Amino acid sequence: MAVKVMIPTPLQKLTKNQADVEANGSNIRELIDDLEKNFPGLKERICDETGKVRRFINIYVNEEDVRFLKQDSTSLKDGDEVSIIPAIAGGR
Amino acid sequence: MELREDQIERYSRQIILPNVGGKGQEKLLAAKVLIIGAGGLGSPAALYLASAGIGTIGIVDSDKVELNNLQRQIIHSVKEVGRPKVESARDRINAINEDVKVIIYNLRVTSENILDIIKDYDIVVDGSDNFPTRYLVNDACVLSKKPLSHGGIFRFDGQAITIIPGESACYRCLFPEPPPPGLVPSCQEAGILGAVAGVIGVIQANEVLKFVLGTGELLTGKLLVFNALDSSFRKVKVTKDPKCPICGENPSITKLIDYVEFCSLRKKEE
Repeated sequence: MAVKVMIPTPLQKLTKNQADVEANGSNIRELIDDLEKNFPGLKERICDETGKVRRFINIYVNEEDVRFLKQDSTSLKDGDEVSIIPAIAGGR
Repeated sequence: MELREDQIERYSRQIILPNVGGKGQEKLLAAKVLIIGAGGLGSPAALYLASAGIGTIGIVDSDKVELNNLQRQIIHSVKEVGRPKVESARDRINAINEDVKVIIYNLRVTSENILDIIKDYDIVVDGSDNFPTRYLVNDACVLSKKPLSHGGIFRFDGQAITIIPGESACYRCLFPEPPPPGLVPSCQEAGILGAVAGVIGVIQANEVLKFVLGTGELLTGKLLVFNALDSSFRKVKVTKDPKCPICGENPSITKLIDYVEFCSLRKKEE
């Protein structure tokens, strides 16, 4: 499955400053592994040591948070848009 | 409350709106809004809320105005450099609108003082600049059932969500825990385009106005994500999490937490 992945500003250093990239996978887990293959270092920013998505980062398939779908087993289909959205704290 | 002649003139452009009217203006003048942080988000939010005639505005900030603030903190001016931000903000607000009663808190919110500070307000605007404060403000608002407009900015990105405790998802439903120290650049080290702060701060002011007027649809249950580079606004769904550590069915957090400050570049404050 080819999907478009929206990369948040803090991670764009790892994607050669691209704000969105193409990636493949039939579910979120495979998608993250595919991203890691093309952009080494991305996975450890998104997932903790146990491979779970970090608690201050959410992954959305289209507008839905995968935590309320099937987490990293959430399946993907061609044309889906995946967003990685981290908590941001700036305000001053 | 009876509107005075000068008030009818001052607010005429919004009083003629069908969703506002004289009644709406009276609601705005009776409203009490607390703004946490007189910085990049708090500045535009405070200016628009003051101009709209919010009757009472509380402002919390422990910093003094610095020259490097003026790139985005548009409530302050050169002659205020070195003065407490809350005083600078109060004077600017009253220069625009003497109807506004400004209450200033020249301090940082902590687990000790925040519940007492927020209790007299109708809604809180979070314009702080670090994760510990953001989680503290969320938790305090949930525990006190106080509506909250959350806004965050980072480089060219902005986020906003409105939280009505008990009804809509809170910030911990969205992001259960703050990142550990060092993993996410938090403030000065990241940089910010001033206009991004303006966009998000004004969205927060707009949320407050809709909340007070009881009109339109609030940003509850959804996160607004703004990207300045492609001028895109997206909304993603934010579900109220039954497992949320503070507003879920079996909350594990029952009292306020002071997380360790982890923006190393931030100056220590007295």
